[in-house]
Amino acid sequence: MDFDYTASEQSFREEVRSFISENLPPKKERGKNFLASWLEKVRARGWVGFAWPKEFGGSEGGLIEQTILREEMALAKAPPLGTSMMGLAWVGPGIMQYGTEEQKRKFIPDILDSKVTWCTGYSEPNHGSDLAAIQCKAELSGDHYLVNGQKIWTTGAPWSQWIILLTRTQFDVKSKHDGITCFLVPMDAPGVEVRPIQNMAGDKHFAEIFFTDVQVPVENRLGAEGEGWNVTVSALANERSSIGEVTQMFEKLANLKELVKTTSKQGQPASMDPKVRRTIARFEMKVAAMKFNGLRYLTKQIKGEPLTSETSVNKLHRASLEIEIDDFAVQLMGQAGLQLRGGESAVDGGTWSKSALNWPNVVIGGGTPNIQRNIIAERLLGQPKD
Amino acid sequence: MNFGFTQEQSLLRDQVERFIKEACPMPKVREIAASESRFDSTLWQQVADLGWLGLTIPEAHGGLGLKWIDLTVVLEAAAEGLCPLPIASQALASAAILTCGNDQQKNDWLPAMAAGKTICTIGLYDEANWIDPNAITAEAHANEAGYELKGIKPFVNDAAAADYLLLAVNAPNGLALAAVAKDSVKITHQPTMDTTKPMASVDLNGVSISAEFLLPMSEDQLAFLTDCGAVATTAEMVGAGAAILEMTSNYAKERIQFGKPIGQYQGVKHRLADMYVDLESYRSLSYYAAWSVDDDIEGLAKAVSLAKGYASDAFAQIGIDGVGLHGAIGFTAEYDAQLYLKRSKWARPMYGDSDYHMDRIATLGGL
Ligand SMILES: Cc1cc2nc3c(=O)[nH]c(=O)nc-3n(C[C@H](O)[C@H](O)[C@H](O)COP(=O)(O)OP(=O)(O)OC[C@H]3O[C@@H](n4cnc5c(N)ncnc54)[C@H](O)[C@@H]3O)c2cc1C
Repeated sequence: MDFDYTASEQSFREEVRSFISENLPPKKERGKNFLASWLEKVRARGWVGFAWPKEFGGSEGGLIEQTILREEMALAKAPPLGTSMMGLAWVGPGIMQYGTEEQKRKFIPDILDSKVTWCTGYSEPNHGSDLAAIQCKAELSGDHYLVNGQKIWTTGAPWSQWIILLTRTQFDVKSKHDGITCFLVPMDAPGVEVRPIQNMAGDKHFAEIFFTDVQVPVENRLGAEGEGWNVTVSALANERSSIGEVTQMFEKLANLKELVKTTSKQGQPASMDPKVRRTIARFEMKVAAMKFNGLRYLTKQIKGEPLTSETSVNKLHRASLEIEIDDFAVQLMGQAGLQLRGGESAVDGGTWSKSALNWPNVVIGGGTPNIQRNIIAERLLGQPKD
Repeated sequence: MNFGFTQEQSLLRDQVERFIKEACPMPKVREIAASESRFDSTLWQQVADLGWLGLTIPEAHGGLGLKWIDLTVVLEAAAEGLCPLPIASQALASAAILTCGNDQQKNDWLPAMAAGKTICTIGLYDEANWIDPNAITAEAHANEAGYELKGIKPFVNDAAAADYLLLAVNAPNGLALAAVAKDSVKITHQPTMDTTKPMASVDLNGVSISAEFLLPMSEDQLAFLTDCGAVATTAEMVGAGAAILEMTSNYAKERIQFGKPIGQYQGVKHRLADMYVDLESYRSLSYYAAWSVDDDIEGLAKAVSLAKGYASDAFAQIGIDGVGLHGAIGFTAEYDAQLYLKRSKWARPMYGDSDYHMDRIATLGGL
C-alpha cells in the first residue's frame, strides 16, 4: 500500500500543471476565441481521448495518468477537454468497439477535434429506468431503415449534430433485450423534430425528439441488427473512475466551509453551531469515502481485475451529496439563500441557489438511486432480480 | 499509487480466516464468552505461535517489524468470527510501550508480549464518553517505593485476561501509564452487552508500583494511542460488519415469503445495498487510517476521525438491519446475528463516538 506517484507520473502531473498555468487565463481575461484555442491545444497534447488506442488518435494513457489529468483539470476548473462529452464518453468507445472501418474513419476524428457534438437517444416517455423495453421503431426498407417514434430527456439535443439512437427492430422477442438496434443519425435528417424542454432550474438543456419516417442508411447502423443492447451496455460500461468528480466535491466542500465562516445563524457565527459543524464533517466523511473507494477500485483495475458494479457505490454517495450539500447551504443562508443571481442579498452570485435546483442532472440523469441499489444488491450481493 | 494489499497480506488474511473457522468457530466463541475466565490460553498460545501478537513489534524486540496495516488485516479477519481473544488490546499495549517506554522498558516487555507470554491491555479514559486528557482522573503519587496509585479505572478492556494493565494516570510530572500487575489490583468484571469483549473496572487505591513501572506519557502520545485504539476498533468493525452483511444477504436469498425470496423485495434488497455502500466506505477509510499510523503521522488524526466517525454510526445501523431483516429468528439468542449487533454497540463509543470524531473533523478542517 502506498500513495506515492512514480517519477514519471509525477512529471506528468507537473506537465499538466504547467500547461494549465500557461494556457488557462482567469475567467475574466478569456477572449472569445479562448475555447477554440484551448481545445486545439489540449488536442495537440493528446489529452482528448487520452485513454483511446493510438490507431484511433488517442494516447493510450495509463489509468493513473488519466486520473492525474482529470484531477488537475478539475482542480483548475478547466473547461472540458472536448465539446462532445457524450462522444468522448461512450459514442466514440462504442464506435471503436462495434463500428465498421468506415464509421471509425468518419466519426472518430471529429469527436476528438470537437467538430461534432453527439447526444444520446435512449430514454423514451414510457421507458426510462426500464430502458430495454424501448419501442422507437426501425424497419429495414431496402438500403435504409425507416425510424418512427419518440425519444425524450435527450441532453444536448438542441445543439448536437448527431445522435446515438436506440431503436427496436424486432417486436416479438422472448427477452426485451433482444431485437434492439443502435444507429448513428444526423440531427438534421428529414423527419427529426427537436422540442426543447425547460427544466426546474430554468435551462433548456434537454429535449424531446420526434422521429417521423426518418431514413437512416444501413451503413449508419452501429453493430449488428439486434445487437443494440450489447452495444449500449458495453459503451456505458466504459465507466470512468470518479476521481475527477471527487476533486470537484472537495472543492465544493471547501467553498461550503468558506460560506459557513462568513454566515451567521441566530446572531452567532454559523461555524460555532455544533449541528453545522457535524453536518459538514458528515459531508467530508462521505466525500473522503468516495475518494478512497475510488482509489481502491482504481488499484483493482490496475491489477487487471475488472470492475463490475462497484462504481454504483460512489454513484449513491454522489447522488445524496449532490442533493444535501446545496440544500444545506441554501438553508444556512436563510432568506438570502433563496435569492438567485441578481438578488441584492444573493450569496456567491446565486451559485448555491442555482445549483440547489440542479441535482436531478446527477441524481436522475445517470440512473436513479433505486436502480443503483438494485444493481448493488443483485450484481454484488447476488440477490434475486426484481 | 497502490491502495491494495500485497500478496503476503492476502495470505495472512487467508491464514487468519482459516484459523478462525477451524479453531475458533462460533460455538467456541460462545463457550469462551460464557466461561469464567472469558479467555482461552490454548488458543492464545496458538495465535502467538502464528506470530500475530508481534506483528507491529520491531524485530529487535522479538516481533515481526511489520506495520499497522498488517495488524489490521488480522484484526479484521479475526473479527469476522468475533474472536474474543485480546489481540487488539495486546497490540495497543505494545504500541503504548513502543511509544512511551524507554529502551530498558521496551526490552523488558516487548519480547514476552510478542511471544504471548505476557498479556497486556491498556486503559486510558475514566469518563464514559469523553476523549480528553481531563477525562483521566486516576492518580499516581510519589512514595518511597516509587508511586502510590489512587482512583478507579472504570472501563478497561480485557483486564481479567491480562497479566499487566497499562493504565493512564496523572503523575507528579504529568500524564503517565502505570503498569500494574493483575494480581496487585482489584479487577471487577462489568457485565456489558457484548460478552465477546470483556470489560472490567480496576480499583487502584492502595496499590504501589516501583518507579520503572511508570511510563511518562505526553498528551500527543495519549492522542496517538487513542487514534491507534480507534484504528484497531474500526478494523474489527470492518470484519464484523462484513460478516453480518454476508449472513443477512444469504438469509435474504433463502427465506421465502409470499412465494418469493425476501431479497427480491426492495424493502429488503435496498437495505442490503445501503449496508454494502456503508461497509465499503468505512472499509476504505479504515484501511487509509491504518496506513496512516506508520506512513502519515501528520494526517493520522484526520484519517482516523473520518474512519471511526463513519464506522460508528454505519456499523450500528448495519447491526440493527442485520438483525431486523432476519425477522424473529434474528432476535433469538441462538442465532448469531445478535452477537454482531452487540459488537456494533460495543464498538460505537470506543475511542470516540461519531460526534467526537465529526467535531474533530470540523476542527481539523479549519472550522
Ligand atoms: C438531467 C437529465 C438528463 C438526461 N439526459 C438523458 C440523455 O441525454 N439521454 C437519455 O436517453 N436519457 C436522459 N435522461 C433520462 C434518464 O436516463 C431517465 O430519466 C432515468 O433513466 C429515469 O427514467 P424516468 O425519468 O423515466 O423515470 P422512471 O424510470 O419512470 O422512474 C420514476 C421513479 O421510479 C423509480 N423506479 C423505476 N424503476 C424502479 C425499480 N425497478 N425499482 C425501484 N424504483 C424504480 C425511479 O427510481 C424513480 O424514482 C436524462 C434525465 C435527466 C434528469
